[in-house]
Amino acid sequence: MTRENKRLLSGNEAIAYAALAAGVHLGTGYPGTPSTEILETFGAIGGKAQWAPNEKVALEVAIGVAYGNGRALVTMKHVGLNVAADPLFSVAYTGVSGALVLAVADDPGMASSQNEQDTRRYAVAAGVPVLEPSDSQEAYDLFFRAVDLSERFGTPIILRLTTRVSHSKGIVKLNDVVPVARAPHFERNTQGRVLIPAYARPAHRRLRHRLSQIAEWNETSELNPIWEGGDDLGIIASGVAALHAREAVPGSRLLKLGMSYPFPVRRVREFVASVKRCVVIEEGDPVIQELCLSHRLPVEGKPDEERFGELNVSRVRRMINGDHAPRTAPPPGRPPQLCPGCPHRTVFEALHDLDCIVAGDIGCYTLGVLPPFEAMDSCTCMGASIGVGLGLRHVLPLDEARRVVSVIGDSTFVHSGLTGIVEMMYNPPPTGHVVLILDNRTTAMTGLQDHPATGRTLKGEPTHQLSLEDVCRAIGVDDVTVFESQPGQKDHFRELLRAKLAQEKPCVLIVRRECLLAARRRKQASQTVEQEGVTCQPSE
Amino acid sequence: MPTERVTNIVVAGIGGQGVLRATDIIAQAAFLTGYDVKKTEVHGMSQRGGSVVSDVRFGDCVLSPMVPDGEADFLVVLEPTQAEANRHRLKPGGVIVGCDGIDAASLPNPRTLNVALLGLFSRHLDLPVEAWHEALRICFPPHLYSINIKAFELGRQTDGKAPDVNE
Repeated sequence: MTRENKRLLSGNEAIAYAALAAGVHLGTGYPGTPSTEILETFGAIGGKAQWAPNEKVALEVAIGVAYGNGRALVTMKHVGLNVAADPLFSVAYTGVSGALVLAVADDPGMASSQNEQDTRRYAVAAGVPVLEPSDSQEAYDLFFRAVDLSERFGTPIILRLTTRVSHSKGIVKLNDVVPVARAPHFERNTQGRVLIPAYARPAHRRLRHRLSQIAEWNETSELNPIWEGGDDLGIIASGVAALHAREAVPGSRLLKLGMSYPFPVRRVREFVASVKRCVVIEEGDPVIQELCLSHRLPVEGKPDEERFGELNVSRVRRMINGDHAPRTAPPPGRPPQLCPGCPHRTVFEALHDLDCIVAGDIGCYTLGVLPPFEAMDSCTCMGASIGVGLGLRHVLPLDEARRVVSVIGDSTFVHSGLTGIVEMMYNPPPTGHVVLILDNRTTAMTGLQDHPATGRTLKGEPTHQLSLEDVCRAIGVDDVTVFESQPGQKDHFRELLRAKLAQEKPCVLIVRRECLLAARRRKQASQTVEQEGVTCQPSE
Repeated sequence: MPTERVTNIVVAGIGGQGVLRATDIIAQAAFLTGYDVKKTEVHGMSQRGGSVVSDVRFGDCVLSPMVPDGEADFLVVLEPTQAEANRHRLKPGGVIVGCDGIDAASLPNPRTLNVALLGLFSRHLDLPVEAWHEALRICFPPHLYSINIKAFELGRQTDGKAPDVNE
């Protein structure tokens, strides 16, 4: 039910609704908390949405759409932008003729991530404007603004989200006005789009010129409002931190930067001059603080100890009061664990029993590091298990090298494991290697998304199914074994793994059994029961 | 101060109990009543059977989506072990609402405990029962609506024991 065209939406949902209304031709991305629901919602409400094998491919597909005068949305979590960084830096040079909006969700506090990097660093490094919505309504409104700016200036735009923007719900007033749709078509622009050095040199100059034009536009844009208040204290803030700050010190003047880069230096300078004391409040790295200081603007930023984790009203209050005393940590909650009956349990019991040295990867199975298994020795980034395992095999003494195993999930393998297998066959370690692909037929950790090896699209429709065993064989792995895992096969699996380790040659062991939650969801799909996110039932 | 008239609610439980659905329903009921509303939670790792906490705030104007520590009017607890872990969220005099008193055997389905607890909790809030019913209709697919209405009414008519007040 809507009230006067208003809805209660999460920031992610709001972006999906805006993308549909803004006539986005294609939305693509790779699942990653807290960004995942953008594309899921976009697909569910009728948008053309698809998962890519990884963020780099997703961004490249989106660039193609925007080179073809279409409107493209690409979504990922912060660390996904590391994977997509290569095309990002280049598309900043080439620019686009359609619209290219990257919705990138940071995870300050690392609720479900391996680091808390700040996407705005990429905006500055690549030369891509960044918009920072603070809540669902702004996420909705700024998406339209992003499409408009992208087309007007021919630039990609980053919509930087954080967990509390992506996953908080608020009231969103939906637009009645729909932008005029563009008809995609090809215009040849060889010198603009082919980055050979002779063409890239002027492209870099064009990029800097474009950024200075956008900075000039940003000086007077409505994206950076001042919320009135007394002049004793001024706050410069962005994203959800602006709302925390307004609540913490409601009587103070606040400059809210909706577009923090390119930096509107004159507007900020005037604001700083209008108050007696000026404090920058931002979630993540001190990006705005450093921009201010680089222009010699007298602002206070946050001390190093406030750089970690999420901000909230209480923290902002303490920062403004200069209270840097260490805080007592709240009581720990109950830690997550592999679901009862999870097929990964069999694998980690065996890895534990055989005292393997386990190069792990990103997914539910990373929980194998926790008791009772304690069977993971590294988890770096998507796909790293294979390369790290090979490196350990190359360097460790033989008795240790023989115990090294790489463990990677099916979706992660498709994302960035394939080149690791190529490396394993190209530069095999003397003791060989064992790669375990834990194939539970879904991207479980982020909420059961399909991927190329499930044979289903984002919308659940059948498509070509990538065969993990065939692709490993095609790369040249002679020994590819598929173990169809069933409950009660713990001993059987342990002995199989022991035998593979003893072979001392490169091999891939695919442990296959559908995630219990994915199986349940598939059964319920016909009933159109919407589950509450990804929940498991410890009692079942 | 715009947040003076904001009602702050924290709902706590463990993955699978319906914490997020419960706060969706509270937020929807407040929205339908005409309040500004925000709700927030952390997805991801925390849901693999781990602790789940979700905040709802409603009033004339809600700024931050997160209930500041020590400012929650209510702590609604689906799993008894989560009460202590979240007591620091309550303001002095804030109220803990737990499942004690709900006759689990009378529930139409054990998974509706979250909605029964909302029924019990709803008596603490000044939101019309029609808004709650409409929120339930929006938040559940049609074939689950009737059992959830039953669970809600069961909770609403339960004589909860004296609420646990945070001193």
